[in-house]
Amino acid sequence: MVSEMADRVVERETPAAVEVPTRRTGPKLARFRDFALIPVIGLLLVAGFVASPFFLTLDNMVAVLQQSTELSLVVLAEALILLVARMDLSLESTVGLAPVIAVWLVLPAHGSRFNGLGLLPGWTAVPLCLAIGALIGALNGLLVLKVRLNAFIVTLGMLITLRGLQIAITGGQSVFELPSSIKYLGRAAWLGVPVSVWICVVLFAVGIVALSWFRHGRSLYAIGGNADAARAAGIRVERVVWVVFIVGSILAALAGILFVGRLGSIAAGQGAGMIFRVFAAAVIGGISLNGGRGTLFGALTGVLVLVLIDNVMVYGGVPPVWEGFLDGVIILGALVVSRFTSGEAQD
Amino acid sequence: MNISRERDGAVGDGRPEADGTSPVAQAVGVSKHFGATVALREVGLTVAPGESHALVGRNGAGKSTLVSILTGLTRPDTGQVYFNGEPAPPITDRNAWRARVACVYQKSTIIPTISVAENLYLNRQDTVGGRGGAISWRTMRASAADLLQTWNIDVDPRIEAGRLTVEQRQTLEIARALSFGARFIILDEPTAQLDGAGIQRLFDRLRSLRAAGVAFLFISHHLQEIYEICQTVTVYRDARHVLTTPVASLSKERLIEAMTGEALGLREAGEQAAPVSAAAPEVLRVDRLVGTSEFGEVSFGVRAGETLGIAGAVGAGAVALGETIVGLRKPLSGTVSVAGKPVRPGSVPAGLAAGIGFVPEDRHRQGLIPLRSIEENLTLTVTDRLGRFGFVSGDARRRTATALMQRLDVKAAGPEQAVSALSGGNQQKVVMGRALASAPKVLVLIRPTAGVDVKSKESLLGTVEVATAAGSAALIVSDELDDLRAADRVIVMFKGRVVAELPRGWSDQQMVAAIEGLQGEGADSGE
Repeated sequence: MVSEMADRVVERETPAAVEVPTRRTGPKLARFRDFALIPVIGLLLVAGFVASPFFLTLDNMVAVLQQSTELSLVVLAEALILLVARMDLSLESTVGLAPVIAVWLVLPAHGSRFNGLGLLPGWTAVPLCLAIGALIGALNGLLVLKVRLNAFIVTLGMLITLRGLQIAITGGQSVFELPSSIKYLGRAAWLGVPVSVWICVVLFAVGIVALSWFRHGRSLYAIGGNADAARAAGIRVERVVWVVFIVGSILAALAGILFVGRLGSIAAGQGAGMIFRVFAAAVIGGISLNGGRGTLFGALTGVLVLVLIDNVMVYGGVPPVWEGFLDGVIILGALVVSRFTSGEAQD
Repeated sequence: MNISRERDGAVGDGRPEADGTSPVAQAVGVSKHFGATVALREVGLTVAPGESHALVGRNGAGKSTLVSILTGLTRPDTGQVYFNGEPAPPITDRNAWRARVACVYQKSTIIPTISVAENLYLNRQDTVGGRGGAISWRTMRASAADLLQTWNIDVDPRIEAGRLTVEQRQTLEIARALSFGARFIILDEPTAQLDGAGIQRLFDRLRSLRAAGVAFLFISHHLQEIYEICQTVTVYRDARHVLTTPVASLSKERLIEAMTGEALGLREAGEQAAPVSAAAPEVLRVDRLVGTSEFGEVSFGVRAGETLGIAGAVGAGAVALGETIVGLRKPLSGTVSVAGKPVRPGSVPAGLAAGIGFVPEDRHRQGLIPLRSIEENLTLTVTDRLGRFGFVSGDARRRTATALMQRLDVKAAGPEQAVSALSGGNQQKVVMGRALASAPKVLVLIRPTAGVDVKSKESLLGTVEVATAAGSAALIVSDELDDLRAADRVIVMFKGRVVAELPRGWSDQQMVAAIEGLQGEGADSGE
């Protein structure tokens, strides 16, 4: 009797064993998914062309590209962070705060409306700004990885704290007195193309190459796909994630610099409210909120779609008071569509 | 011979002999504490080259801790680990460990979002130039294809690993382990998620690898598998080493005795049960129930005090049928009635209200809320009875939970302990307790003893017996003979149809034949 106990039918029913792959997308299709938004971009160009003769002109296109550089950089940052299955909401506050602190350290202590500390020479504004970005990223990483707090709540708290600090320093005012070094990148042009566009193109290219052909870049996908498995494969998960947080915040600080140059001042609310667009662009571009899936090229096309929608609306004569509403509706619509084109449930 | 030496070595600090045939892996006098809990007490283990060595023990015997020490993820408090007669590398040298030992865990370490090739060569991708060079995808895919071919794995290295079946992922993990040069592989419950044919293919693969000199440490709750595939078995109990002996010289009775520390084996559940009285009222009636695609028309009734088994292999529709009855799935047509009243199809709340309690198939996914306490999990389905107007009385909840824990013999620090801290067997008892909490008229169990040790299995099936004795009707959906043996009669499904109905007293061969769709002798065809 007892010996029979151990006898058993080997057939067993498990959902896992009969699991049917639901997504039939090979590497080829995955590559197609990268280009999924290209027709949309084409469509938007046509729509803009129909709406106004001034839309499809070199001047406007260059302007559109330049206006999308800041968003692109923050999306690049967020995409990297999302790939390792984390998130950073505070990037939008870093966009405002990092230039403010850098300028504050550099500007003379008296003689103008916004008084700085005058501690460092003017040319240090840009490196300072990036270093402050790095510091913020390191702090986020510390709280998320060492203190083991949830990234959502940490970076939400950081978003509010950083914004508050910016208001405290500037007294809630925009800053107009700026060292010329910090304005250069956002307003200069090389070979007829704005420097900010060059920066964007180069950084995206570097990111795409790193994430496609280098071990450290590939480790982002591994970490986002299954952190335990990545650790078992010898990837230093915590270190990589921390570096990603730091790089993300540096990119946000750089986006802040580009804003400053393009607009000629640091607005009191620089970057405020952009994080929703950042997430939307990343998700529309195929970056998975669950981590491990998506490409930087896809994210870039996501940015272009959002920026073109805005521009087409302007040329289409949409009343400015309706822009916010329509923008939100279109983004929500795009999210719904991308949910079905990517085939991935976002729960 | 080897055994006694190892036994001695386990107690003393004897070093392995360097006689040329040193064991591929050896643990000597290993102890490990986690806080106040002793996970391992002076245990030993010796695996010879080309040997399949089984490690068995009930949940909590210390198997997982030993695996973690043998793979270099945990440092033992005392004792030594040797590979091929040499002391184990330092804990920080992951690559050195991986060249010596690999573990295929229950939880997959395959990353679903990246390609098969990259999974194989993760963090050691083929590069152009040095370690920091660019990855050469072409070279990597070629090496992956070679590796897969060497081990006869028919998988395209370019596809996303998430598209592989569980079986393919597992073979992939074994191939990856071998590619590191490891010739000692730990398999932790490798068959838990495979179907019968998959298990046989896995065993064939293990046999051919063993012939090539690879040694295995095989951990399984299914003792039959150990007899099928292993030469030597080591038993742990309560953090201690109990015995190591050739499998062939150990009867199943003695093996179970060594695991449980009790001289009695598993009681044959329901063996002595009296036949159900024909006068007993029919509690559950399933009438011409048709699943969306999983099963065709099925009708049957279950009387009060009766236990009906539903058997079927993967894809036979048995699980789908069970899930439809409890309301997890919506049927295409047909009705389920409890005590004469039809139940709204496809609705779990309606099922619960009608008196259907159930144990879902996957306790991790559908059965438990892991971070919440035992009492909360136990009373999840009966919150309406614990207080009025949606208010849940803590006292009433505590009382209900404590009673259930006693009834089911849940081993825990107390009702407030988080369910995730329990062993698999005890977790399943909590799921069972939740099903029983509502004092159901009909109890449906879907593969209730999967991944549960012998002792817990016995007590779980005993609980069903108690419930039916009290007048419930029970339905056990399973393909484990032990589970089915507890049933008064078993209907067997094959490819979505009921192909046989066997009264109590069937032989294993009969049942297996029916499940496999071979109409064995004596298996009278059912509806």
